[in-house]
Amino acid sequence: MFKHKQETNLSSERLEYLKSKKRRKVSVLVTQIVILVVFFAQWEILARLNIVDSFITSQPSRIVNTIINLYREGQLFHHIGITCWETVVGFVAGTVLGTLIAVVLWWSEFLSKVLEPYLVILNSLPKIALGPIFIVWFGAGTTSIIIIALAISIVVSILEVLNGFMATDEEQIKLVKTFGASRFQVFTKVVFPANLPVIINSLKVNVGLSWVGVIVGEFLVSKSGLGYLIVYGGQVFKLDLVMASVIILCIAAGIMYQAVVLLQKVLIKKHI
Amino acid sequence: MSYIVEIKNIGMNYQSPNGEIPAIADISMNISKGEFICIVGPSGCGKSTLLSIIAGLVKPSCGNIVINGGRSGECLQQVGYMLQKDFLFEWSTILENVMLGLDIKKALTPENREYVYKLLDTYGLSEFKDKYPSQLSGGMRQRAAMIRTLALRPEILLLDEAFSALDYQTRLAVTEDIYYIIKKENKTAIMVTHDIAESISMADRIFVLTGRPSSIRSEHNILLSCNDVRTPFNSREAPEFRHYFNLIWKELDVHV
Repeated sequence: MFKHKQETNLSSERLEYLKSKKRRKVSVLVTQIVILVVFFAQWEILARLNIVDSFITSQPSRIVNTIINLYREGQLFHHIGITCWETVVGFVAGTVLGTLIAVVLWWSEFLSKVLEPYLVILNSLPKIALGPIFIVWFGAGTTSIIIIALAISIVVSILEVLNGFMATDEEQIKLVKTFGASRFQVFTKVVFPANLPVIINSLKVNVGLSWVGVIVGEFLVSKSGLGYLIVYGGQVFKLDLVMASVIILCIAAGIMYQAVVLLQKVLIKKHI
Repeated sequence: MSYIVEIKNIGMNYQSPNGEIPAIADISMNISKGEFICIVGPSGCGKSTLLSIIAGLVKPSCGNIVINGGRSGECLQQVGYMLQKDFLFEWSTILENVMLGLDIKKALTPENREYVYKLLDTYGLSEFKDKYPSQLSGGMRQRAAMIRTLALRPEILLLDEAFSALDYQTRLAVTEDIYYIIKKENKTAIMVTHDIAESISMADRIFVLTGRPSSIRSEHNILLSCNDVRTPFNSREAPEFRHYFNLIWKELDVHV
């Protein structure tokens, strides 16, 4: 009914509209690229002319060399791999566990009333403060780092998803009850599908939180990963290494976010 | 003569932290098979509560309801409920939506499926069955909601302001549509509305309720001399229409 008509014979007005739309899109993209190029170019030039001290600011060509060296030593993908792995496990676990706990709390109003103040306190607590405790409990390694990432994202997920569950349209619930639905069916037929967008959205938020947890975890544990490279580079004043790691981090985080957006499109395509 | 619905001295109080709210004082009515009943009353008088009680969703504080000889609640499948909006699930196709009741009741037998396909076919929705609700017009959505209700073959249909979310033109058309379906399927209907004209155009009998806590103020048998077959639209043309309208308007005693 609301499908667009097949556009075969376009009026000149329409053509003009489409053209200006495309022009706008291209000019935005071009500007974005120009900003990036100018940024790195002026950095490189200022460093070469000794206007800024490249010992402190590093410079793009040295960053590239550092990355190439890391690659030659076989270190590059080792560190990227570990950090990405920890992040993915962190945000997936945060979302899944957070959703499961939200389901339990939705199910039992009593439990959710009882746990409410604890959740509020846990939510306002800076979870990074728990990092040293986790390292003592779970050892200085990947496990601790993942648990720090999980701790950061899980409470927000619980609150977010539970809010969504609670805000489900009462009338829609009444509808399935008129068909005699059990509480379980109310959940599977209405509450869960109605809140799938909320859950995916919390997944998106958790990607960012998980990165924070993992990098801080690697700072503390200091064994491997991009966070380790950054903190190590800082300690020995190898700013090239720090900058290279930060840039790789930017790229990895961007790719991961896009992957989740893609996942969102696949999962919610039915929502039109 | 036996009635399909017998409502015996229903009373209902709501409990809230601020106190007890009496919603229904005392309501009794008997409804025969195939009748179209309308319940009108001032807003907030407990009309919807009454429907929820008949459907067995809410337990009344006192009194009881006998449907087809059995108590309500035990026989939810005999009662189909139409809510104020269609509440089709946007994440499901029309087919999945109309099968919802059967799915929940775990009654997706080939025979029941066949019946739903036939309903979709009869009411012009079969070619839209794989579409999503957002792709349908308001009238078609309402028809899909109706089929979802009919799929469980209820004897009695409860309509709770079922058309109030629609704009006026669509509402007139949908009223026509739904009235036709109810009569064709030979269902008993109990409709709650605040629209006097709509109630006269559809009902065989109208109950006017008092304000909260509600009881029955009056009962009207609607007898209209239509030239043609009675439809909601033809009813509005009947000479007696105005008379009933004025009568009920006065009884509702609306003060602004």
